[in-house]
Amino acid sequence: MRRLYRIWKYQAVTGCAKLKTIKCECGHSNPFGTEICESCGKPLTNEKSHELINMRYEGSAVRSQTYNKTIVDKVWNFFSSVKVGIWIIIVILVAAAIGTIFPQEMYIPPNVDPTTYYKEEYGTPGQIFFLLGFHDLYGSWWFLLLLAALGVSLIIVSIDRGFPLYRALKYQRVTRHESFMKRQRLFAMSDSGISMDRVKTVLAKKRYKIKEDNGNILAEKNRFSRWGPYVNHVGLIIFLIGAMLRFFPGMYTDQTIWIREGETTAVPGTKTEDGQYYLKNHKFVMELYDKKDKQFSQALDKTGNPVPKNYQSNVTLYHAEPSQVVGAQTELKKERDAKIKVNEPLSFNDYSVYQVDFKLNEFHRMNLKLENKKTGKTYGEIKVNLFNPKSSYDLGNGYKVDMVEYFPNFKLDENDQPTTENSIPDNPAFVFKMFTPETPKGETAFIGIRKNVEAGDNKYKMSFSGIETKNVSALTVKKDRTLPIIIIGGIIFMLGVVQGLYWNHRRIWIQQRNGQLWIAAHTNKNWFGLKREMQNISEESGLVMPIDQSDEKSA
Amino acid sequence: MAELSSTLLYIAFIIYLIATLVFAMSLSDKKGKENKAAYTKRWGRVGYILSILGFASQLGYFFTRWMASGHAPVSNLFEFTTFFGMMMVFAFILIYAIYRTNALGVFAMPIALLVIAYASMFPRDIAPLIPALQSDWLKIHVTTAALGEGILSISFVAGLIFLIRVVDQTVSTKKTKMLEIIMYLLLCVFGFVLVSAISAAAGYETSFNFTDKKDQKVEVTYNVPALVGPPNGSQADDHFGPLVSSPSWMNGEQAPRKFNTFIWSLLTGGVLYGIVRLILRKRISAAIQPKLLNLKPDLLDEISYRSVAIGFPVFTLGALIFAMIWAQEAWTRFWGWDPKEVWALITFLFYAAYLHFRLSRGWHGEKSAWLCVIGFVIIMFNLIAVNLVISGLHSYA
Repeated sequence: MRRLYRIWKYQAVTGCAKLKTIKCECGHSNPFGTEICESCGKPLTNEKSHELINMRYEGSAVRSQTYNKTIVDKVWNFFSSVKVGIWIIIVILVAAAIGTIFPQEMYIPPNVDPTTYYKEEYGTPGQIFFLLGFHDLYGSWWFLLLLAALGVSLIIVSIDRGFPLYRALKYQRVTRHESFMKRQRLFAMSDSGISMDRVKTVLAKKRYKIKEDNGNILAEKNRFSRWGPYVNHVGLIIFLIGAMLRFFPGMYTDQTIWIREGETTAVPGTKTEDGQYYLKNHKFVMELYDKKDKQFSQALDKTGNPVPKNYQSNVTLYHAEPSQVVGAQTELKKERDAKIKVNEPLSFNDYSVYQVDFKLNEFHRMNLKLENKKTGKTYGEIKVNLFNPKSSYDLGNGYKVDMVEYFPNFKLDENDQPTTENSIPDNPAFVFKMFTPETPKGETAFIGIRKNVEAGDNKYKMSFSGIETKNVSALTVKKDRTLPIIIIGGIIFMLGVVQGLYWNHRRIWIQQRNGQLWIAAHTNKNWFGLKREMQNISEESGLVMPIDQSDEKSA
Repeated sequence: MAELSSTLLYIAFIIYLIATLVFAMSLSDKKGKENKAAYTKRWGRVGYILSILGFASQLGYFFTRWMASGHAPVSNLFEFTTFFGMMMVFAFILIYAIYRTNALGVFAMPIALLVIAYASMFPRDIAPLIPALQSDWLKIHVTTAALGEGILSISFVAGLIFLIRVVDQTVSTKKTKMLEIIMYLLLCVFGFVLVSAISAAAGYETSFNFTDKKDQKVEVTYNVPALVGPPNGSQADDHFGPLVSSPSWMNGEQAPRKFNTFIWSLLTGGVLYGIVRLILRKRISAAIQPKLLNLKPDLLDEISYRSVAIGFPVFTLGALIFAMIWAQEAWTRFWGWDPKEVWALITFLFYAAYLHFRLSRGWHGEKSAWLCVIGFVIIMFNLIAVNLVISGLHSYA
């Protein structure tokens, strides 16, 4: 990059004499590759031609148009080409569109296997989609490479065109060469005889800045609009850099925690030398719209399903100093109470905590009674904490229940053996051993929801007597230090786009030559607007209306 | 309040319709004693004032509905599409103020009318906001995005007029065929509105039971006669039966119904197009062309470009930047490759390519106009297909 810059600077900024220079008849030495003399404006290529001159980048030496020898030149020229840039945009566009044909992997149900899901759901096209890796298209190496290519193109094109253009516009002369004038798209000659003062007044009224030299005039306005494209490209580059920084450690965390009501959890990713943050979930609240609500009753009747109004976790944020003694109880210092809702995350320091999901009525505690099967008489109740069950429950008077095995989320494996899917008690099942004075050796029974399997012919059984549930909140903890960079990039981009599109750079040259008045006008875009303005100026000042020479040619 | 709101929308619709007719009349080459330019100017002004009145009435609809529901009415397909139509009218009012081209009204107003009519075929009840939508960004993001799309649509309108004006109609070429396809598709939208409205007026309904892709038995109710039934479905009533079943992969719960409506739209569009061709006895665009001959092509080209130049930054701000800010707040990330997001990006990239083609590679006139047509297709695709077919996080809107 440095080398590229040096090469560019070497021949474009200094117009260095070490390289071949082009000497114009006015005596000025132009850098190699210059198309229009920087000093007098005489076209240096196709001198004899009468075609309109190419005013792009004011004809100044552009690196990519000048050198094409080394590999560096070739790479540089490739990425500095607007054509290549447009192609990169179009390829990204098409690729992005292809990625929406079927849902991306992140949007398919979380518990399905993508290798089979796409085929089952979308048939052969789905299978092809998956096999080509399009289920993770936006994270694929080639898509990231395309984005990188876009970034490189943005940088190179900005350097390649931006600096020469700046130089050319900064040092432009008022008096230009005869053929520079004649070969402008808008041009006219007329016998002079109008008041130049009046022309200047009219131009000034139209907010033109006027420079004079020997009675010749250069009227210019909105030059800053020419920097719009470069400003917005810089904004985009900053944006892309910001997006890239996410992959550096410490810049970005994204973790989801499930907290049950009443639970306190360390907030993942918030541990620093100063300690760590903790969250206590007091309550998860879900509200639904009331069907009797008059304004929405029609819509609510039609859908039939209840419509949620609010998801909210009432939490307290704590902070703990790092403990001096290993293993010592951490002391939590209350920071503040907060209500986390969708669209209203809790923010502290660099972190934001979002309400993202919930689970209502998760089993928390299960109550069972020891019962004599024949008499129906009960001998005390045990309360099983499903997250932390005891191995033995003593009911007194010689009555006791041992928990031999516990399956929080019971299922049968391939060999029809009882097992548990995970540690979430969605379908709890137990193997109990019940001891009574009558059955001192104990009786074993397998108890689950709507299941009761006994080892022999038991006299006693465990019967459900109650269940306690709790709601669970899913909260996502995010830290994203790249956001400020991305925001700055976005703002710069917007400013650049507006700057470049809402204003137009316009220039009018008026020269006295051989007793005639020559007038030429140029704009980088929006010729129609320039012509309308010229029409206006000519009506007000008596200046002859220049003719669009590109129209004449096509007509 | 809700009734007042509907009435105002209805009035706006009627005024837009009259404005269209007035603009069309202003172009007609009546051989009266009157000076042609004065005639065009006078009726152009009447049309313009009518457009502004219609817009004011629709603005009334918008704010009364806002009062009735308690939130900005841009939260479902009906509300958003109606608003988009309103923004098209607004963009037209803006651009007309600069260029005073009556032909723009002849095309922009009926297209806005079609958009609003299309919107009205979706459920119009005032629905409550789900938690994800309860944010001030709903109104900021959606309205700015719709305004950007509205202005960009005017570039399509100007581009279309340009093409009808310049494409050689003496011979049949790819270009004349493409123009006819555009006319046909616009008539298809009209066909959709016609079929839906007639069916609704007649209170037509027919139901099917079938097994959807989740292996669940579902009942689907068609509001237009069933040409295409669900795969392996059985009709629950003895109404006009399906002629064919939709292909077996089309087994989403609502997919066969949408497909049936789609077929109806294409068919009615075809019938309408056939009738118009029979009356005109030439291509529709060839019949319109003579009315446009006194328009300067480079003026149309300019209008089309200016609309992109004005609309592109607005669209970027609304559909990408505000969208990202909201997404960061509601969904924890500013960008998540949700289909709607991706298609907003595609729209952005497309118009970025357009600007590079035009400003750096000198694509003016016809090429530029065709690009504007494609741009509008992309916007419509994002509005309609992404919601009805692809559907992601934005499926409510």
